[in-house]
Amino acid sequence: MPVNPELLGRAFAPTPPYLVGREKVREFARAVFATDPQHTDVSAAAALGYADVVAPPTFAMVIQDLTMQQLLAEPDSGIVLERAIHAEQRFRYSRPIVAGDELVARLRVTGVRAIGKGAMVTSEADVTDADGAHVVTTTSVLLIGGEE
Amino acid sequence: MSDVLEIGQVVAERDVHLTRESLVRYAGASGDFNPIHYRDDVAARVGLPGVLAHGMLTMGLSIETLVPWLEDSGRITEYGVRFTRPVVVHPEDGADVRVVATVGALDDESARIDLTVTHADTTVLGKAQVRIRLV
Repeated sequence: MPVNPELLGRAFAPTPPYLVGREKVREFARAVFATDPQHTDVSAAAALGYADVVAPPTFAMVIQDLTMQQLLAEPDSGIVLERAIHAEQRFRYSRPIVAGDELVARLRVTGVRAIGKGAMVTSEADVTDADGAHVVTTTSVLLIGGEE
Repeated sequence: MSDVLEIGQVVAERDVHLTRESLVRYAGASGDFNPIHYRDDVAARVGLPGVLAHGMLTMGLSIETLVPWLEDSGRITEYGVRFTRPVVVHPEDGADVRVVATVGALDDESARIDLTVTHADTTVLGKAQVRIRLV
């Protein structure tokens, strides 16, 4: 089944709230070779005006992944993970993610472009906090190869 | 962060040595357990030149080169990359990634920092650009 062009414009239900844990932020920071103390030391984060440790900028991917699972679970998507290549990624931030945040993401498919037997699928997820305020929008471009 | 910036100025740079352990650590931290990032047999079966670093690991470590200079990562308003070439991580020798952050564009309130990210003398991220707030 090729990628379904009718995915374009599809919007998904909000993901279940994700509570950002302090140790999770520290674990992620270590994994991306983040050396700055704002990511691991509460007092260093407080000196910058944050309530708790500050997640590295690409931590938003952890939340985006919850939305990608929604997209992949669509029975009519035609998107096969084994043939997917992550082509582009973008983040637009209102503020950094901080430990203690409870985040919800809403995904929509903003682009489906046929390329040969495959397709380029662009999706955007708006991530908001418990007050409903915007935190970050993630944009992901997947290149889906056609069947052999 | 210095007050006077010039286009072309290098504001941060570093070398990161990736090993297979780095990939397993990133898999655990991110939840991306695609086996092409830790199993040679799977990488070979799908026709890859070897086990590859997660693109998001390369993207993540690249911007973290910039954060100590920025001081407050809340200055970052936008970050985008294209994944142009994979980073193959050798089982014994690992892989060395070099990141150089250069001022690419400037106005009164913001700057664009361009990240040049290379492995084995080849650029691995395309259009790796960070938009930051200056005020």
